[in-house]
Amino acid sequence: MPITIEDTLQWLRQLAQACQENRDYLTQLDSTIGDADHGINMDRGFKVVVEKVHAQTESDIGSLLKLVGTTLVSTVGGASGPLYGTAFLRAGVALSGKRELDESDYLALLEAAVEGIQARGKARQGEKTMLDALVPALAAAKAAQAAQLNLAQIARRASEAAEEGMKATIPLVATKGRASYLGERSAGHQDPGATSSWLILKSLAEVCARSSNT
Amino acid sequence: MTVSLVVVSHSAKLAEGVVELVGQMAGGKVAMAAAGGAGDGSLGTSVDLIMAALRRVTTPEGTLVLLDLGSAVMATEIAVEQFMQSTNHRVLISPAPLVEGAVIAAVESSIGSSLAEVADAALHALTLPKLQSQDR
Repeated sequence: MPITIEDTLQWLRQLAQACQENRDYLTQLDSTIGDADHGINMDRGFKVVVEKVHAQTESDIGSLLKLVGTTLVSTVGGASGPLYGTAFLRAGVALSGKRELDESDYLALLEAAVEGIQARGKARQGEKTMLDALVPALAAAKAAQAAQLNLAQIARRASEAAEEGMKATIPLVATKGRASYLGERSAGHQDPGATSSWLILKSLAEVCARSSNT
Repeated sequence: MTVSLVVVSHSAKLAEGVVELVGQMAGGKVAMAAAGGAGDGSLGTSVDLIMAALRRVTTPEGTLVLLDLGSAVMATEIAVEQFMQSTNHRVLISPAPLVEGAVIAAVESSIGSSLAEVADAALHALTLPKLQSQDR
């Protein structure tokens, strides 16, 4: 079953809910190596996103995701605003005019988002950032599509790879962002950005799973 | 007209303070705007505030943006990309340290230098020795 606009809205609501539930957890992760605002920023950003997307009736998924991007850029003051904002904006451009998403659209969404974050943050995998969850997720999604799995399965594989990637940030030494000022001392802590990236893909996988059961 | 400056910081007080300090050095000859804080009173950077600051001081001579650190770079890049869609006035982002870079840029601009010259001068702040009498 393809993803509809209603499913996309459900994803955003569920993601906002996850950001609220994990607000303290993300902030606590961020307080050990960052500036202790990641949970607060994500919660605030996606709360406004949900208000905005309800107030507006976008006719296609691309426009909806662009609205999410501009909202995040203007409401989130930390690094996650420009980064996730750019990710959603680029994904929106890639899915311009789409009213439903199939397997290859999911890939296009994830690929555009990852490229957006790489371009904006000038970061690579292995630097203890969001990309350590997102790059493996994209690779897993590509492999799953090549194996001709369906949308729900592709999204689940991506979410699982993001979770593994997130856990794999624990021993890494940060070279980007505030954590990089700690140098070697940033090792031993899970990256908050990789954690929120996992939450984003996890909530999308849940929506894909539900849509395929109906 | 001279090259204008925009000062971006996570802290509104810091951005305003730099503009205050640098304004005195430039003798009122350089237009400057502060864009500090997340816009709701908290620490952070705001694309909307940076855009507003760029609009306030925009000039055909161009604008140099000085910033503190971290996400200020990304927020400024987004603001500049959006700003450039509606103007042909040039904007450059300086990698110079905030206080020294802003002071040097303002002095350079106040003598009528071009945007490239002002940006170049600010770059010297990266290697400016703070303690003249010591080697380190």
